Amino acid sequence: MSSLDINKTYKLFIGGAFPRSESGRVYEVKGTNKKFLANPALASRKDLRDAVVAAKSAQSGWANATAFNRGQILYRIAEIMQGRSEQFVEEICALEGVTTKAAKLQVAEAIDTWVWYSGWCDKLSSISGSQNQVSGPFYNFTTPEALGVIALFAEGKPSLLGAVRTLAPVLAAGNSAILIASESYPLPAITLGEVIATSDVPGGVVNILTGKTSELLPWIGSHMEIDGVDVAGLNKKQEDEIKLVGADNLKRISRFAPANHPERILSFMEHKTIWHPIGI
Amino acid sequence: MSDFEYANAPESKAIANISPSYGLFIGGKFVDPKKGKSFNTINPATEELLSKVGYGDKSDIDAAVRSARAAYTKIWSKMPAKERGKYLYRIARIMQERAREFAVVETLDNGKPIRESRDTDIPLAAAHFFYHAGWADKLEYAGFGNKPKPLGVVGQIIPWNFPLLMLAWKIAPALAAGNTVVLKPAETTPLTALLFAQVCQQAGLPDGVVNIVTGDGITGAALVNHPDVNKVAFTGSTEVGKAIARSISATKKTATLELGGKAANLVFEDAAIDEAVEGIINGIFFNQGHVCCAGSRLIIQENVADEVLEKLKKRMSLIRVGDPMDKNTDLGAINSKEQLNKIEEISKTGDAEGANRWSPDVKLPTKGFWYPPTIFTGVTQSHRIAREEIFGPVLSVLTFRTPAEAIEKANNTMYGLSAGIWSDKGAKVLWAAKQLKAGVIWSNTFNKFDPASPFGGYKESGWGREGGRHGLAGYLTSDLKVNK
Repeated sequence: MSSLDINKTYKLFIGGAFPRSESGRVYEVKGTNKKFLANPALASRKDLRDAVVAAKSAQSGWANATAFNRGQILYRIAEIMQGRSEQFVEEICALEGVTTKAAKLQVAEAIDTWVWYSGWCDKLSSISGSQNQVSGPFYNFTTPEALGVIALFAEGKPSLLGAVRTLAPVLAAGNSAILIASESYPLPAITLGEVIATSDVPGGVVNILTGKTSELLPWIGSHMEIDGVDVAGLNKKQEDEIKLVGADNLKRISRFAPANHPERILSFMEHKTIWHPIGI
Repeated sequence: MSDFEYANAPESKAIANISPSYGLFIGGKFVDPKKGKSFNTINPATEELLSKVGYGDKSDIDAAVRSARAAYTKIWSKMPAKERGKYLYRIARIMQERAREFAVVETLDNGKPIRESRDTDIPLAAAHFFYHAGWADKLEYAGFGNKPKPLGVVGQIIPWNFPLLMLAWKIAPALAAGNTVVLKPAETTPLTALLFAQVCQQAGLPDGVVNIVTGDGITGAALVNHPDVNKVAFTGSTEVGKAIARSISATKKTATLELGGKAANLVFEDAAIDEAVEGIINGIFFNQGHVCCAGSRLIIQENVADEVLEKLKKRMSLIRVGDPMDKNTDLGAINSKEQLNKIEEISKTGDAEGANRWSPDVKLPTKGFWYPPTIFTGVTQSHRIAREEIFGPVLSVLTFRTPAEAIEKANNTMYGLSAGIWSDKGAKVLWAAKQLKAGVIWSNTFNKFDPASPFGGYKESGWGREGGRHGLAGYLTSDLKVNK
C-alpha cells in the first residue's frame, strides 16, 4: 500500500523567512493536465512593502561583502540546486507540460547560469571600471557599485530559468532583489527560494513574491525605495505603465534579450568617479 | 584691504561681434522661425540687450528633426568613422582659435566671470571635442560589443549655467558615436550655441548634422515629444527630468538625464584646513553657485568647525564681486531675474526656519542681477536650505561628530550627483568615498571636470554618465538591451 503524498505549502520568501501572505489570500495553480498543483500566496501591497524593508536593510551588507565572497555564495546556490534537480524537473514538467528531457535541460541551464554569474562578481570593475587620463595632476578612477533594491518580473516560460536569469546578475552586482514570480508559472521560483535560504545568502537579499502582476505592478512602480526594475515578464502595456510611475524616483528600468550577458549586471550598477590630487 | 585694491582689468567687448539678430540653425543655414517670432537675450550684469534670437516652435523643431534625419540617413551614418572624427577635430581647433571671442560672448550672455569662461568653460569645451574626435573610429574597442551602432537623431536640451560647455558635453559624444543632433540651448544663454553653429559652417560639417533651435520650455517639449527623435539628452532640473522620463515612457526613446544636486562637502578634523577652505570657496562660489554639483552643504567635524568657519568668513571677505568682464572678478552676475528671485526665496526660508545668515560686506552693482556670497550656519537637515537645490552662492553649514554621522547626513538627500571629502588620511578618504552615494567624489579637491572623466548622478540626480568611455554608452546601442 503506497502512502499518501505530503504536498508542499508554497509560501512567500521575505527577509529569509517563508511567511504566508498577510492578506491570507491564495490562488489556485493547475498543471497543464488541468490537475490542481498548489495554492501559492497572493501577495498584497503590504507583503511587497515588507519585502522592500527586508531588501533595503540587507543590501549594504551584501554589497560590502567581498566580491570573492559573493561569488562563492552564488556558486553555493548552484551546488544546492544540483541536489534539488529532481524536484525542479517535476515542477517544470507539471507546470509547463514539457518533456522530462526538456525540463532537465532547463534545470541544467539554470544551474550553469548561477555558475556563470558567480564568476563575474570579482571582475566587474575590471571590465567596466577605468582609470581616467585627465589633464592635470589628479588620480581619477571610475568603478561600478550596486544600485540598491531591484524588482524583477520573471518571465513565465521557461519558469525556472526565467527566474534565475533575472535574479543571478542582480545579485552578482551586490544588489538585493524582489523577485515577482510569474503569475502562471510560479512554483519553481518558490522552490528556488528554498534553495537560496540554504545557500548562505543573507536573509533579505532575495525576496520572492507570488501573486497578481497587475496588482503588484503599480505599487512597485511607485515605491520610492525600489531603485531598478527588470521588466522581462511584463508586456508592453505593463512596461509603459511602470516606466510612467517609475519616473517619480527615476527608477532604472531595463528589458534584456533572454540570454546571459554582463550588461544585465552592469545595468543595475552605478558608476562612481573619484578624484584625488597628486603631489607632495 | 584698502592698501592693496585691484586696479580694473576689463576684457574688451569688441571681439564679441554679436549680431543684432539670429535665426535658427537648421540644415546648415540660419533660417527665420516659421512664425517669425523672436525673443531678447540680455547681459545679466547690465540688463542691456545683446541680441534678438529666433523663437522656435513645434514646426521649427519638426524642420530641424527632418534635417537631422536626412543628414543621418544620407550622410553621417554612411561616412567612414575616420572622416567623422576629422570633422570633430576641425571643430575643436576652430573653437580654440576663436576661444577669446567665445569667452567674451559667454560672459556677456551668462554673467559669469571672464576668468572662468576663459580658463574653464571654453578650453574644456574644445577639449571635449578633441577627446571625442579620437573615439569616432575606435568605438569597436570601447567595450560595447563588436559593432556598436549609433541611435539616430538625438534631441538635446541644455541649461544656462555652462552654455557652451554643456553643448560640448552633448554634441561631441553624439557626433562621435555617429548620431545627428537637434540642440535647444537655454532661453537666457543662446549666443555661444549660435556662434558654435558658425563654427560648424567653418568646419564644413555636412548640413543637418547639427541643428540648433533656440526657444523656451515649450520648444524643448516639442523636441522631446517629436516622434522621429530616437534619444533625449537633458541637463537641468530634476523636476523637468522626471517630466521627460514620463513623456517618453510609452515610446522607444532612451534618455540621458543630468539633473539636480545638493552635494555634501565633508571636512574631517584631520583635513588641511587652509586647503579645505579654498576648496569650500571653489565648491560653492564657482560660477555663482550655478552648478548642479556645487558643494552646497558644508558638513564639518564639530571640533574644527569654529576654525573652519572663521577662516572661511575671512576668505569670503576677499571675494571680488562685480563686473564679470573684469579679469579680477571672482563672483559675477546671477544669470537672470527669475533665478535671482528663486535664490532670494529659498534663502529667506533659511532665515525663517532659524538658520543664521552671514555675508561679507560687499557692494553690489545697482544694475543687473546680483547676490552676495552667503553662508547659513546652524542649519539642520530638515531646513529647506539643506534639502533643496538653491543654485546660487549660498552655502548651508552643518556639523558632525563621528564619521558615520557624516556619511548619514551626506547621503540624506534624494540627490546623488557629487560630494567632497577633506582629510589627510588616505584610508579615511577612501572609506568615505566608498560610503557616499554620489556619482562624482572629489577628495581634497572640488569642481574638477575633464572630458576623460565620467560625470553623472546616483538616485534622482539622473540617468547615465557624460564624458569618458562611460559617456559614450548613452549614444550607442548595446547588443543586449532590448528596446521594445
